[in-house]
Amino acid sequence: MTPAERLAGAPIQTPPAPPPPPSAPAAAALPIARVHVPPRSWRGDARAIKIVWRREMIRFGQDRLRIVTSLVQPFLFLFVLGTGLSRIASAGTHGVNLRTFVYPGVLCMAVMFTAMFSAASLVWDREFGFLREMMVAPVRRGSLVVGKCLGGATVAGAQGAIVIALAGLVDVPYDPGLIAAVFALQLLLAFSVTAFGVMAAARVSQMQSFMALMQMVIMPMFFLAGSLFPVSGLPRWLEILNRIDPLTYAVDPMRRIVFSHLHIAPAARQALDPGVTWWGWRVPTLVEAGVVAGLGALMLMVAIAAFSRGE
Amino acid sequence: MGSAPGDSAAGGRGAPAPAIRVRGLLKRFGDIEAVRGIDFDVHSGETFGFLGPNGAGKTSTINMLCTLSRPTAGGAQVAGHDVLTERDDVRRHIGLVFQDPTLDGYLTAEQNLRLHAELYGIERDAVALRMRQVLEMVGLWERRATRVNTFSGGMKRRLEIARGFLHSPRVLFLDEPTIGLDPQTRHSIWRYIRELKRAEGITIFLTTHYMDEAEYCQRIAIMDHGEIIVLDSPQALKASVGRDRVQIETDDDEAAIAELRRQFGIEATVAEGRVTFGVPEGAQFVPRLFSKLGAPIRSVSVARPSLDDVFMSYTGTTIRDAEASSADRLRPFARVMGAR
Repeated sequence: MTPAERLAGAPIQTPPAPPPPPSAPAAAALPIARVHVPPRSWRGDARAIKIVWRREMIRFGQDRLRIVTSLVQPFLFLFVLGTGLSRIASAGTHGVNLRTFVYPGVLCMAVMFTAMFSAASLVWDREFGFLREMMVAPVRRGSLVVGKCLGGATVAGAQGAIVIALAGLVDVPYDPGLIAAVFALQLLLAFSVTAFGVMAAARVSQMQSFMALMQMVIMPMFFLAGSLFPVSGLPRWLEILNRIDPLTYAVDPMRRIVFSHLHIAPAARQALDPGVTWWGWRVPTLVEAGVVAGLGALMLMVAIAAFSRGE
Repeated sequence: MGSAPGDSAAGGRGAPAPAIRVRGLLKRFGDIEAVRGIDFDVHSGETFGFLGPNGAGKTSTINMLCTLSRPTAGGAQVAGHDVLTERDDVRRHIGLVFQDPTLDGYLTAEQNLRLHAELYGIERDAVALRMRQVLEMVGLWERRATRVNTFSGGMKRRLEIARGFLHSPRVLFLDEPTIGLDPQTRHSIWRYIRELKRAEGITIFLTTHYMDEAEYCQRIAIMDHGEIIVLDSPQALKASVGRDRVQIETDDDEAAIAELRRQFGIEATVAEGRVTFGVPEGAQFVPRLFSKLGAPIRSVSVARPSLDDVFMSYTGTTIRDAEASSADRLRPFARVMGAR
C-alpha cells in the first residue's frame, strides 16, 4: 500500500467535518487539527524538564546491558579485591570485614560510572543530531540541562539502589535509617557527577575523548577519596590530594553512617573511620554533603551557561 | 487562512507582513564570509526556494533564520519576530527539517513526536489527534510504535517532516529535504509539502540543489558564494534567459567553437562534454548551423531554457561544476556574468 492509498483510505477519527469551502476542495482529504504553541513560560520549561527526564528513563529501560556492565567494575573491587585482600589485611581491620570497609567507596564508584555514562549520551545526541532538535525548541536551554541532570541522577540513583540492596552480602546491616541516609547521599552524588559530565559534554564533542576523560576522572577520584584506605595518618601529599578530591566528601559520610551501625570496638572505629579533618577539625556530615551539593550546583550552573550560549 | 490568529506581529500595517524579512544578513567564519550581507523577503504563504551548490551559504543562512547561529551583522525577522531579540518567539512559530537526521533512534516514531509536542508546550488534548494526522499524512501511522533506528532513510525524512509540522508552524524550513532519497520518496515528500501549504497556508522556505525541485517554488533565489545573484519566479527567470540551449557533439570542439564565433558571433563553451551555447530560437537556428558550420557535427540537441540555464547564465557555470569546485572556496575566483 502506497502512502497515498493509505492516506485516502485511512479512517480518520474526527467529528463529521463541515463541507469544505469551494475554493479548496482538495483540503478535505486532510482535516488538520491546528495546534497552538504558547509563549515561553515557567510551565513550559517544567514540561521540558519532565520530558527530557522521561527520555532518559525510556532509554535506560531499554539498555539493560548498561545496568549490568556498569556494575562489573564496582563488583570486582567489592567482592574480588575485597575478599582477596582481606586475607592479608585481617591484622589491620580489627575483625571488621574488609568488604564492609570498602563498600561506601564502591557504591560511589558505581554511581559515578552510571552518572557519567548518562551525561555521555549528550555527546551522542550531538553526534546524531538530536541535540539540534532540543536546541531549537522554544524553551530555556537551562531546562534541557536540568532535565538531563535529573535524568542522569535518577538512573545513577537506581543503579546505586541495586548496590544498596546488596548491603547484606558485605555485613552492612539493613537498618532503615542507614539505608535512607546512604540513599540520599548517593542521590546527591549522582546529581553532582551528572552535572559534571554534562558540563564536560558541553565542550567535548567526541565520544572517544569523553570516554578517555571519564576514565581519567573516575579512577583517580575513586582511589584518592580513601575508598580503599582510612583517611588519617596519610603522607602529607596524599592527605592534600585526598582533601581536594570531591568524592572524599561523599565516601566519608557514608562510611560514618555505615560504621555507626556496626557493633565494633572503639579502637577499630578509630582506626578505620577516623573521619575527614580540616586542620584538625572533623568535618561534620552535613558540611560534607554541602560540599558535594555545592560543587554539583556550581557545575550545573556552568553547564547551563555553556549550553545557553549556544553555537 | 494564511495569517495566524492572536499574536500577529509588529510591522504588519496594511499589507500582510512578510513571513521572512532579511536585511544585510552577514555571517563570517574566521576570514571566510559564508553569507555576504543579503537582503530578501519571503511572502506569507509562499513556497520559496534557495538554490545553489553546496557551500554557497544556504545552510548558514537557514541556521541564522532559525536562531541556531547569530548573524555577524545585519538581521532578520521570521514570522514577525526578530531572530536576535525574540528568539523564543521565532522558535515557536517555525518548523525545521534539517539536512542531517535529528531523530532519537532509540525512541519510537510516536515517542519522538510526543517529545517534540512536550518541548513545544502543545495543549495535551490536541496532541493525540494532531499526531495521528501528521503521521497519517506521511504514511507512518501503522509504524508509530516502531523504533526509529529501524527506519529507512526515506521513512526517517518523512517522520522529520511530520515532526517539523506537528506544532502548526507558520514557517517551515526545509534544508535539502530530499537529498539522498530515491525519486519515489522525493516525489511523495513534495506531495506532502503541497498538502501542507493547501491545508494550513504555511510558508515554506527550502534549500535545494536539485534544479527540477526548484520548479515547484513560487520564487527562487539563486545563491552562490554567499550572495544572492538573482531572485524571481522560475518562469520569469527562464524567460530572462530568453534563449534556447543548443548542444552539439563534434569531432573537433575547438574548431567548432572558433567557427561559431566567426560565422555567427556566438561565444560557446564546453559543458558536460559538448559544445554548448544559447540562441533565441534554437529550432530555427539548427538548419543555418548545418549549412554554415564547416566542422562535422555528430549530434545536436535543442532545449528550452531550464533552471540549469538560468543558473549558468547568472553564474557562468553549471550547478554540477559549481558543486565540484565548491571544495576550494578559498581560491579567489572570477565570476563570468552571463547574458544580462
